[in-house]
Amino acid sequence: AMDTDLSSQDRKDLDKFIKFFALKTVQVIVQARLGEKICTRSSSSPTGSDWFNLAIKDIPEVTHEAKKALAGQLPAVGRSMCVEISLKTSEGDSMELEIWCLEMNEKCDKEIKVSYTVYNRLSLLLKSLLAITRVTPAYRLSRKQGHEYVILYRIYFGEVQLSGLGEGFQTVRVGTVGTPVGTITLSCAYRINLAFMSTRQFERTPPIMGIIIDHFVDRPYPSSSPMHPCNYRAGEDNAAVYPSVEDSQEVCTTSFSTSPPSQCVFTVTKAHFQTPPPVVTDTLKVPVMGLAFSHQLSSSRLSYQPAALGVGSADMGYPVLFAGGLNAAHPHQLIGPGKEGGVPPIPSQPAHGTQADQERMCTPLDGVHYSAATPSSSEDTETVSNSSEGKCGSPHDLLETIFIRKVGAFVNKPINQVTMANLDIPFAMFAPKNVELEDNDPMVNPPESPETESPLQGSLHSEGSSGSSTGNTHDDFVMIDFKPAFSKDDILPMDLGTFYREFQNPPQLSSLSIDIGAQSMAEDLDSLPEKLAVHEKNVKEFDAFVETLQ
Amino acid sequence: SCPLSTRCCAPSSAAPAMNCRAEVLEVSVEGRQVEEAMLAVLHTVLLHRSTGKFHYKKEGTYSIGTVGTQDVDCDFIDFAYVRVSSEELDRALRKAVGEFKDALRSSGSDGMGQISLEFYQKKKSRWPFSDECIPWELWTIKVNVVNLANEQERQICREKVGEKLCEKIINIVEVMNRHEYLPKMPTQSEVDNVFDTSLKDVQPYLYKISYQITDSLGTSVTTTMRRLIKDTLAL
Repeated sequence: AMDTDLSSQDRKDLDKFIKFFALKTVQVIVQARLGEKICTRSSSSPTGSDWFNLAIKDIPEVTHEAKKALAGQLPAVGRSMCVEISLKTSEGDSMELEIWCLEMNEKCDKEIKVSYTVYNRLSLLLKSLLAITRVTPAYRLSRKQGHEYVILYRIYFGEVQLSGLGEGFQTVRVGTVGTPVGTITLSCAYRINLAFMSTRQFERTPPIMGIIIDHFVDRPYPSSSPMHPCNYRAGEDNAAVYPSVEDSQEVCTTSFSTSPPSQCVFTVTKAHFQTPPPVVTDTLKVPVMGLAFSHQLSSSRLSYQPAALGVGSADMGYPVLFAGGLNAAHPHQLIGPGKEGGVPPIPSQPAHGTQADQERMCTPLDGVHYSAATPSSSEDTETVSNSSEGKCGSPHDLLETIFIRKVGAFVNKPINQVTMANLDIPFAMFAPKNVELEDNDPMVNPPESPETESPLQGSLHSEGSSGSSTGNTHDDFVMIDFKPAFSKDDILPMDLGTFYREFQNPPQLSSLSIDIGAQSMAEDLDSLPEKLAVHEKNVKEFDAFVETLQ
Repeated sequence: SCPLSTRCCAPSSAAPAMNCRAEVLEVSVEGRQVEEAMLAVLHTVLLHRSTGKFHYKKEGTYSIGTVGTQDVDCDFIDFAYVRVSSEELDRALRKAVGEFKDALRSSGSDGMGQISLEFYQKKKSRWPFSDECIPWELWTIKVNVVNLANEQERQICREKVGEKLCEKIINIVEVMNRHEYLPKMPTQSEVDNVFDTSLKDVQPYLYKISYQITDSLGTSVTTTMRRLIKDTLAL
């Protein structure tokens, strides 16, 4: 084509793509360092707002930080967006682990189609980012955070600073996407001295470098944004942080065309949460959705719900994950899966907010219990009803976005096999699963008592019967339909009463029977001389054998 | 040739066609790690080679559904990976990998084999010729199964294989980033020639998985160990 200049529409689209790509990049990186497994659902119908056709959640606080760092600018030559991941011990020592860099270089690809190829390649790049964020050493460290250390993130914009990574850091390239205005590059530089840390517990000794590094003192850009913990817990002093944040979510619905190729129908709406009607900007076509965004996520496991938005400043706290509070005095109270794994403790400081918010925000722990009903419902494509579905256009939607929490190899917790939780008895999960085995288990169905009555058995009974009203046989029994608490017929093949009766009359131990015992002993004694004779005959063989052992 | 006969394609067991990108990865794992290692690699490739479902509208436009992702922790390897959130896809891969693992185990050879993931396009031919399958990308994972003597070795193997898989993921991402040939986006009538549209939540490019058990010389065992597992065409 003759025109090498980007059309203004393409330029606008491209800028928008880059901006949202940057925001999504930050989300992926920070979420990968939260210390938990991430799970989002696929949705066959495009409900809009899933940028790059990927279900990547937007943690509001992270978006806020990213936007703050970008300050309306886009990555350009010499102006890179960096996400710094660092580790901070409970003693206050900190160390940079990784710097993720989103850079732009001058190499332009004028021929490339913005709304189509660039968009799809950005989507591919985000997938690569998802994959790569799990293979650097910091991933495994971040999965074990919570007790002795936490993982923090910091976003800055400008020149990349790699000096904090120590010597010999390594770089991994996630990918590049050429655009008409430059080539976007995404890469990660990471400290390698930690490689061994991933396989053993983090030690309570000075950091590996032997130096106590306090980045807050040495930071070359003291005015840059402060560190944030990746698994951020809302505390009281943080609730006021975002009282006046205008949370505007931009929504993208893209359609693609095959003829002519790469014609992109692109709709953007902007929803404000503090002012009543959604403000529609940048519409190219009829707006499809007025929603902020929706993610079709399973509700069977709930570990995070952001606050309701738009009902006054008290509700504008943006807790990221919940279980206990973070306050400045005890930054290491952050709770993650940690080493103990399992369910995090109930928050000691409920997240700031109204009562309604508290109910919502303290739910993560409720959901962590594995609901046996649908353990894999997260995989179902039958979309779970989402609050956004029925609330088109309302700016005060509660955003129900949910993380799925699963126990994986990194968490030190046995996986509860909840198979019978749907029974209405307490502790049903501990009941044996397989009823068939019960029938063969002698402990449950003891063999019949022997017919013969040995003197011992008689004496046993006389002792036993003195204390109990049940007699030797079942004849004296009056059958009661006995349904004691905590028992159910379906599980055990007998009820408690039967069990009790059966074990009142255990079978006679054969060794206790005097007759048998005496008999065998006599036999032994008789056969001894015979045996001795045989051994004497073979004495030569025995000697030879002993020789071979010398 | 292809045991799936009529509706299938020309045998892709031959060397990849021209213009077909071929990548080979090699791993050495313990027997019980085979499944997880294979799934990690296959899922990572398919993550990059799956899109949301296409919905065609008037005037030749289409919109794309959303692909969800999830973390998977390995039990026998110190490793975690991301896969597409699609139970159907996961089942299909697990089935193929399970068969591969069984074949490896029962082959009696030195425990060497390879599993291949091939992406292809269909080219319709006129009757009586059957459709052609033209591969455009072929991933081969060569597996060497090792036997370990004690628990200490197993622990080291857990870590080492984890590190190796990290390298493999980086390799895969490098290949993906080259932005080389991809089939062009199809019209509605052509979509089944390019994509597997049978899954309800995601849409991978048409793919097939096959495997071979090799003896120590690297040649293919002559028995009928070779199979094509076809997940794209309903038979």
